[in-house]
Amino acid sequence: MAVARFWRNQDQRYNLMGSECEICGRKFFPDKTMCPVCHRKSIGKMKSFRFSGNGTIESYTMVHVGMPQFKSQVPYILAYIALDEGDHVLGQLVDCDISEVSIGMKVEMVFRKISQEGKSGTIQYGYKFRLSG
Amino acid sequence: MGKLLRDVAIMGIGQTRFGEMWDLSFRILGIQAGMKAIKDANIESKLIDSLYIGNMSSGLFMDQEHISSMIIEEVGLTGAHVPATRVEAADASGALALRQAIFEIASGQSNVIVVGGAEKMTDVTSDVASDFIMAGADKAWEGLFGASLPSLFALMARKHMHDFGTTREQIASVAVKNHANGARNPFAQFQKEIDLDTVLNAPKIAEPLGVFDCFPVSDGAAALILADIDTAKEYCGEPIRITGSGQGSDTLSITNRSEITMFDSTIKASKQAYDMAGVSPSDIDVAEVHDSYTIAEIIAIEDLGFFPKGEGGRAVFEGETSLEGSIPVNTSGGLKARGHPFGATGIAQINEIVLQLRNKASGRQVKDARIGLAQNMGGTGGTSIVHILEVD
Repeated sequence: MAVARFWRNQDQRYNLMGSECEICGRKFFPDKTMCPVCHRKSIGKMKSFRFSGNGTIESYTMVHVGMPQFKSQVPYILAYIALDEGDHVLGQLVDCDISEVSIGMKVEMVFRKISQEGKSGTIQYGYKFRLSG
Repeated sequence: MGKLLRDVAIMGIGQTRFGEMWDLSFRILGIQAGMKAIKDANIESKLIDSLYIGNMSSGLFMDQEHISSMIIEEVGLTGAHVPATRVEAADASGALALRQAIFEIASGQSNVIVVGGAEKMTDVTSDVASDFIMAGADKAWEGLFGASLPSLFALMARKHMHDFGTTREQIASVAVKNHANGARNPFAQFQKEIDLDTVLNAPKIAEPLGVFDCFPVSDGAAALILADIDTAKEYCGEPIRITGSGQGSDTLSITNRSEITMFDSTIKASKQAYDMAGVSPSDIDVAEVHDSYTIAEIIAIEDLGFFPKGEGGRAVFEGETSLEGSIPVNTSGGLKARGHPFGATGIAQINEIVLQLRNKASGRQVKDARIGLAQNMGGTGGTSIVHILEVD
């Protein structure tokens, strides 16, 4: 993938930077340019919002056969997380065993290496999560 | 949304066998399905006003775009310069192509249209295929963080089990049923029955889903001939009417939805289709639904209103959707056993319903089938399309 494609979303991937609608107060990740609830009223009223990275596991899976760029990491846990401030995020759950994980557990964001494009390609960093309970 | 301005019907159907068709090119698959449909409709090629083709990604899988022109050349309709249009909505491309063709006929712009769907997926390795398949979901916010398409459905499955008490055995029973049906379909990729233990003990893909919970990678094409009802009656003894058509969208990424145990796009599309046809879920005699993953069939039969929310797994496990059940689902074998060449699936579903309504589904015929439904979904439900078909 072109470096620019990853680079332009660095703030979202590194810092969980989303957006907040000034009209209704809803928070979105990744950031949105228009609020899907307030529509036209939200034009020009969406401001940057940094999520805390704290959330709750709504679902999870152990991935055994993944995408080619994640082949060296299998098996790994992928979690569907409700962020405390609103909206959801999908990320790997690390530093724990699958037997410890259940729906409803609290998690926090950690900054990690996500994947690498071959031996000499770009290394991509971003958010993963660990149990915080 | 209201009614169509002209009634539309299916005059003919055709499809190739689905599977690993290494000896057949995309062009050959497409023309084989198209020729069968034209022969079945008993029409001359010169009657054809327009052509639609549903295809997700010839660019990724075949390194070739502009396949509308390729197909029109292959079927020999370049003399009349018949317009050809490619339509894309991931694995809902086939049903979406049909929906556009319905509108073109209903608006009076065309009388007879060939609607095809095709995908050539086995010319790339399975690794590469799983990467391309993920392009129907969100590569940037799901894929780049480690999600594969089956892992997204695994998340839905785990939450469905948690919220509604759906069991692993109930989910696995979808694959058992669909393989039993596929064993009676000569066009199916897998024509072999399997038992529950085979599904439960299969290699894991993304827990709780294993290999037998997932669609296979397939090549194949399907086609049908669509016409206004007057033309259809002129050439065809038993045209099958399309009385309802609905379409809904949802977010590309499941992270931007409030709930992942239902597909809002399917709920919206089915309501539209039921309203247009003036029927309710209990009127449906036979249905083809988008079982890309076993859990997707359970969610679909709930979204379509066949069973209350949370009851889908129990219904499949207890045989209510089997050939002898109250509402037989995926009599063709579904995506699971018939195979899932992305663009072809939506048309193959319609063709199965046509066969059922014509009472020509031989070993898998549903008794007295008069009204059928097909639900085709793109990715994780970013697009969902529902059609309702009726025999006079």
